Amino acid sequence: MSTTSVAHHDEHQDHPTGIMRWLTTTNHKDIGTMYLTFSLIMFLVGGSMILGIRAELFKPGLQLMNPEFFNQLIGVHALIMIFAALMPAATGFANWMLPLQIGAPDMALPRLNNWGFWILPPSAILLTLPFTLALFGVGDGALATGWTFYPPLSVQGGIGVDFAIFAVHLLGISSVLGSINIIVTIYNMRAPGMTLMKMPMFAWGWLITAFLLIATIPVLAGAVTMLLTDRHFGTHFFDAAGGGDPIMFQHLFWFFGHPEVYILLLPVWGFIPQILQTFSRKPMYGYKAQVYSLWAIGALAVVVWAHHFFTAGMPVPALLYFMYSTMAISLPLAVLFYCWIRTMWKGSMSFETPMLFTVGWIILFGVGGLTGLVLADVAADAQYHNSYFVVAHFHYTLFAGGIMGIMAGVYYWLPKMTGHMYNEKLGKLHFWLTAISFNVTFIPQFFVGLAGMPRRIPDYALQFAEFNMISSIGAFALGLSQLLFVYIIISCVKGGKKASDRVWEGAQGLEWTLPSPPPYHSFTEQPVVK
Amino acid sequence: MQGMKKLGVGAVAWFLSLSAHADYTWNFPEPVTPMALDTLHVHNKFMLITAVIFVVVLAIMIYSIVTHRHSKGYKPVADNPPSTAVEIFWTLIPFAILLLIDFVIMGIPAYHSVVMMEDTRDQSTMVIKITGSQWRWQYEYLDGDAKGIKFVSNLATTNGQMHNEEDKGEHYLLEVDNPLVLPVGEKVRILMTASDVLHNWWVPQFGSSRVAVPGFIRETWVQVEKPGVYRGQCKELCGKGHGYMPVVVNAVSKEEFAQWANKKQDEQKAANDVKEMTKDELVAQGKVVYEKNCAVCHQVTGAGLPPAFPALTGSKIATGAIFGSDGKYQKDSHLDRVLNGKGVMPAWKATLNDTEIAAVITYERNALGNAAAVDAVLQPAQVKAARE
Repeated sequence: MSTTSVAHHDEHQDHPTGIMRWLTTTNHKDIGTMYLTFSLIMFLVGGSMILGIRAELFKPGLQLMNPEFFNQLIGVHALIMIFAALMPAATGFANWMLPLQIGAPDMALPRLNNWGFWILPPSAILLTLPFTLALFGVGDGALATGWTFYPPLSVQGGIGVDFAIFAVHLLGISSVLGSINIIVTIYNMRAPGMTLMKMPMFAWGWLITAFLLIATIPVLAGAVTMLLTDRHFGTHFFDAAGGGDPIMFQHLFWFFGHPEVYILLLPVWGFIPQILQTFSRKPMYGYKAQVYSLWAIGALAVVVWAHHFFTAGMPVPALLYFMYSTMAISLPLAVLFYCWIRTMWKGSMSFETPMLFTVGWIILFGVGGLTGLVLADVAADAQYHNSYFVVAHFHYTLFAGGIMGIMAGVYYWLPKMTGHMYNEKLGKLHFWLTAISFNVTFIPQFFVGLAGMPRRIPDYALQFAEFNMISSIGAFALGLSQLLFVYIIISCVKGGKKASDRVWEGAQGLEWTLPSPPPYHSFTEQPVVK
Repeated sequence: MQGMKKLGVGAVAWFLSLSAHADYTWNFPEPVTPMALDTLHVHNKFMLITAVIFVVVLAIMIYSIVTHRHSKGYKPVADNPPSTAVEIFWTLIPFAILLLIDFVIMGIPAYHSVVMMEDTRDQSTMVIKITGSQWRWQYEYLDGDAKGIKFVSNLATTNGQMHNEEDKGEHYLLEVDNPLVLPVGEKVRILMTASDVLHNWWVPQFGSSRVAVPGFIRETWVQVEKPGVYRGQCKELCGKGHGYMPVVVNAVSKEEFAQWANKKQDEQKAANDVKEMTKDELVAQGKVVYEKNCAVCHQVTGAGLPPAFPALTGSKIATGAIFGSDGKYQKDSHLDRVLNGKGVMPAWKATLNDTEIAAVITYERNALGNAAAVDAVLQPAQVKAARE
């Protein structure tokens, strides 16, 4: 494997052009680009849905939509953001960067890779179609159950629920295929000398993510299939009248749903330390401690699911177990935070856009993590549960911790991917607009939640009016700021200052040894890691 | 424009009046049960601990960010590749701190709270059953002074207020026609269930929140220490009326509670007495019952929201015969559907009394654009017979 460097270099640039290049491609960079583009589009779609919600919630009373439509918006917003925006973004980075980072010519299973991507657009259509049709008066719209599909409400729902179930099946297949590919690539395609414990952190983050996906997606698929048969074939898995139990669905769903949170975050925890070491100009602190922490988090992720429904009724020992095991997640997470900050400590920091996003990410994700710690307490959870406090909490973890992390990654690697520098001034502006408007949106939600405003209500009592108004203003600012993001990316793809190979002064890793952008087939000579 | 101006004035007024409703703005509302008090303490303590952690970590970070800057010419001090022992030591410190906080400082009180919350049996003097259904709460007193009292609690806010056609009242969306009445100081055991989908009975000032699961009984308890009116909402997504399912509890002294129970029991007895009524009486009462219970799905005009909620105007069921030639009510007739429900349509036999059912059916057959030729008037006695 290591001997022949290829002589007929140029032929490797041969590939179909135009639309066929993208439809048939097995190239990891093309597929990565498609994933990232898809993710960005769906991010805007999911985001505009929530702007509808925030417009409705701008003041008390029903102004723009009926409650049924409101419920559809919240459910589809969540499904799109989780399955069609965040997960494909992480997979996009995996496709682009994993082979570059571990010195592989491509992903291990390139055709599978192509298939994995092309399952996504149909499932996105399945998710949004019922909803779009309803806008034109056809059918009764998308699922109105929230993204969690809880029966019996979802058994009652219309055809939109079936659409969503099939969409989730497809998205799940895509994720499992992607995961298999990533595991095989990481285990088999590393450059000589790159032992597992020398692997880039991003590869570790994704490896654990991939295992989590393979372990939990089938459970979700099973749960929604049972739901489908309950809906159409007279089974009673979740119906007490036939000996079933609606709460069993919640167990199955969250056995997937809780690890899903870490599935969204682990890839980010992988590349954040890489960005930190780049802009701190010193090697990351505690590589081993971080790797072990990631594994610990991955393991804990699958044993704490029931904290999502403490109020649904559980025996005391179960409540105690899930409370303490949930709190235990803060231990490895504290080690990670410690390592990140220790990496910055006595570094020589500069604050280009990726670093700004990373530092902002650490602070805001910290808020998400700490509010998660208090949520673990059963007694207090009775108050927080399904209130806006929870909404604010998981947006600090998933928007700040997920999407802002992804944005850091985009700015970090964009020059490598396109060969051009993005506009630094606009990038920084984008960061400040995003960070500020994000806080304006979600800080008030902590307070309305504590004061007693339930989530998923289309209208609210007058005492919540002021905070909701502030939150809506923040949300619109947050949404509009993302147009700047799109503009920055497009103009960077189109042109700009040429990026050097090692784009950032302190950048470390194999991907920076290639030209920017990397040739169509990345490593024609296999690198050796010492 | 006018609206914007009003909003602006509202925002300013809010900033000026922060101190006035401080406890209802920044934290849990004032607790009135032992459980809520405990929850508030746990919450405050946790928040304080996490805030301290956050501030300390943030301070260290900011110090580093300000001091160790490339632009100030700070040279990186690489951690000499730390020995494994050193690395373990340094990562174990945050680990140990968190271990102490999680499992001792926070963990031990949390244990006591859980045990206290789940203890529904000790010293409870009264049992009530709460049933959640789309989209109202049904209350039933199972023992004590109020034994046998059973009523439905519906949102009292008007449609006009929701659609911004009327001015919103002080308790917009948090008001009901029949509040739950509880005696102050008594530990009340609550049995919770649901008739259709999951609901969650929640009063923030009580600190108790339990999912009502159809087909199962869940338990919790409240002991209100202070007389007053307490308001909350359903907080488990339960369909389109989820936001319109308030919980209002009227906590009164034991004497007042006994009086109320007596009065309510008499009223209920009177209502259950079946008497002959005229068509006009039935239609008049039926209109009230309809608008309270049925209009949420079938609309005030009877137009429905097809396909989920069919129209009543001109519907086969609302105009077809109720009784067959043998004098018995037919399957899939208007009466059958109201009594027993089907699919999304709930069964009303447990919720409404004979008179109410007779009235609402008569109303639906003579109003809403319907003028039924057969079985135009249904008498409470016929409903009573149909139940047997």
